[in-house]
Amino acid sequence: MFFTYAARELRRRRRQAIVVALGLAVGIGLVVTISAMASGVRAAQGTALQSLYGVGTDVTVTKAATFGSGGPARFGLNPGSQSRQGQSFSRDRILASPGLGTVSASSVSTVRSLPHVSAAAGSLSLTSLHLQGKFIRFGQGSGGGFGQGGSGSFPTARPSVPPVRVSAYSITGVDTAQSSVGPVTAAQVTGGRFFSASESNAHVAVVDQSYAKQHKLAVGSKLTIGGTTFTVIGLASAPAGGTGSDVYVPLAAAQALVDTPGMVNRISVTADSASNIGSVQSEIQRVLPKDTVTTAQDLASQVTGSLASASSLAGSLGRWLSIVALVVAFAVASLLTISAVGRRTREFGTLKALGWRGRRVVGQVVGESAVLGIAGGIAGILLGLAGALLVSRLFPSLQASLGAFGRPAGGGGGGGGLLARAFGGTGPSVTIPFSASVDARLLLAAIALALAGGLIAGALGGWRAARLRPADALRRVE
Amino acid sequence: MNGVAGVAESPDVLYRLDKVGRTYRRGDAAILALTDVDLTIRGGEFLTIQGPTGQGKTTLLQLLGGLDRPTSGTVTFEGQDIGSMREARLTDVRARSFGFVFQGFNLIPTLSARENVETALVPLGVHGAQRERRAADALADVGLADRAGHVPSELSGGEQQRVAIARALVGAPRVILADEPTGNLDESTRDDIIGLLERLWSERGQTLVIVTHDSGIARRAPRTAWIQEGRLTLREAGAAEAATPVEPTAGPPAGGAG
Repeated sequence: MFFTYAARELRRRRRQAIVVALGLAVGIGLVVTISAMASGVRAAQGTALQSLYGVGTDVTVTKAATFGSGGPARFGLNPGSQSRQGQSFSRDRILASPGLGTVSASSVSTVRSLPHVSAAAGSLSLTSLHLQGKFIRFGQGSGGGFGQGGSGSFPTARPSVPPVRVSAYSITGVDTAQSSVGPVTAAQVTGGRFFSASESNAHVAVVDQSYAKQHKLAVGSKLTIGGTTFTVIGLASAPAGGTGSDVYVPLAAAQALVDTPGMVNRISVTADSASNIGSVQSEIQRVLPKDTVTTAQDLASQVTGSLASASSLAGSLGRWLSIVALVVAFAVASLLTISAVGRRTREFGTLKALGWRGRRVVGQVVGESAVLGIAGGIAGILLGLAGALLVSRLFPSLQASLGAFGRPAGGGGGGGGLLARAFGGTGPSVTIPFSASVDARLLLAAIALALAGGLIAGALGGWRAARLRPADALRRVE
Repeated sequence: MNGVAGVAESPDVLYRLDKVGRTYRRGDAAILALTDVDLTIRGGEFLTIQGPTGQGKTTLLQLLGGLDRPTSGTVTFEGQDIGSMREARLTDVRARSFGFVFQGFNLIPTLSARENVETALVPLGVHGAQRERRAADALADVGLADRAGHVPSELSGGEQQRVAIARALVGAPRVILADEPTGNLDESTRDDIIGLLERLWSERGQTLVIVTHDSGIARRAPRTAWIQEGRLTLREAGAAEAATPVEPTAGPPAGGAG
């Protein structure tokens, strides 16, 4: 009797039933789309952070460079003797990355021994600057070097400044004993091989794919860095960004390039579980009070670009939008159900007179409403999937840029300005493919939500039906 | 089942109403629907309740059917006080012992004639094929075997009331309570319906109580309870006409009492 009665009743007021189901469908659809978007954004954020932050890295330790420690770029290009003026020059200079102070290598083992730390790897980021140009030719025959010579003697013959070409690439020394954490790991190798643990000081290099393409390098090619020749053993893709580098070499070899054994300027740390990241961070901060300890979380808040917009859309805005839609849908469903019960007063009064228990009458109302809820939920899931597909189509990729991270304030020294010019002033930026993703849990939650909407509406209607006294119901004569 | 402690009932007494009063509150005003009603109804009796509109007839019927509770006095059915019975038990008593016929038919508009009859078997726990068969039999009893699949809007008023009568009978209750069963019907249909109720009453030995403002119908019952301004007076068949107050708004009596 329940199903016959419910089906006939819903067919009788099908316009109202469609409104209720559609209302729920729109609410549920929004929830599904927004949640799918949010999980897509989360995945993109994960990818972005990995690119900008390092693979498998939960916490990084860096140190802000103290003023001048980065060192001005001393290229030794003072012409010195007049004889070099006007001569062309070509100089390489390898520097620790500007803005990063050094962390002692002993800190790495200190960090590694902390509780909840599963891995820690030190790395050394270097920048190789290449300058090419001509020395300035000062006024010939002035003899006095710098030109405050005879007053007014050469007022218009200022020395010409020939262009100086600056090119730079980045080198990162990585701990070959750590295969899962650090600026690059075996997982990113796309050709050739990764370092073996025994190559801790070998003159071998893994080169970023795009850099290799640009400079026509392949596995087996030779590469000269600061006068040392390295053999390319592998190519790596990404992570391009904050900790990405053009060339990776074993840590000790990198330290030898700048003649600072035992020096690192970044420690990448993996916690044993996500829930311990916070405590790992504070532990490290305790033992290394002068260093900057950042987590991926801290970094996420600094990400800007379309990824951040999508994140806020899927986050607060999307959440409010779907809550409002759901509340409206629930309210509409409830009001329509209550009004339908009102119109069926005589019907329910009659059934009660026939000996139907209040429970059964309420169950009828709730059941009909639950059927609408499920129908609305299914329609909502279809709407939501369509929405998720649309969002993925509209935004196939997201852009993420990192503010000033990795170049802590107060860094730089004299070389900073020049390097900033060489790299461009903004932080690293990556483009991540985006797709809104829907999983079974989300779909179950959507159905549950729709059913809850139906049940709430049904309960309110049923509550009204339960309060009907048969005598009152029958007194109404139409 | 039988007998309230200390009260000796004769076995065929079905209802005993003792100083029953019912007042309604409408805002601050208390409306007196029934005052000091004493009434005994025996099993198998045919009783009509007559009186002007809005002076307590329906209230009395609802008290008899356990749809309403008195504000004073007691309504005893089969020795049990149904005026103070718990709602769940009263619902059971309604399902098993009472069959209702309403002025407005009160059929479920979405259900077919047979399904409407089945609704009365739902609380009795009768299921499936048995429920369908009993409902079909009841419809055959009221002459509607061929209309079982029609919804109420496809039936005439008289047919709808027959469906409602089948619904009242299908559970084989002890009492049929009919509230103005012909109030919405034309004259010829009215006689059909009353004739049907009388026939079923005489065949089955059920107790039949009909509320009506129509003295033509009232006259057909052996006993009539007259209610005016909440007070009840009884009239036995064969008593002097002069003693009977005449319903002022009632039309001429319908011809051909059978």
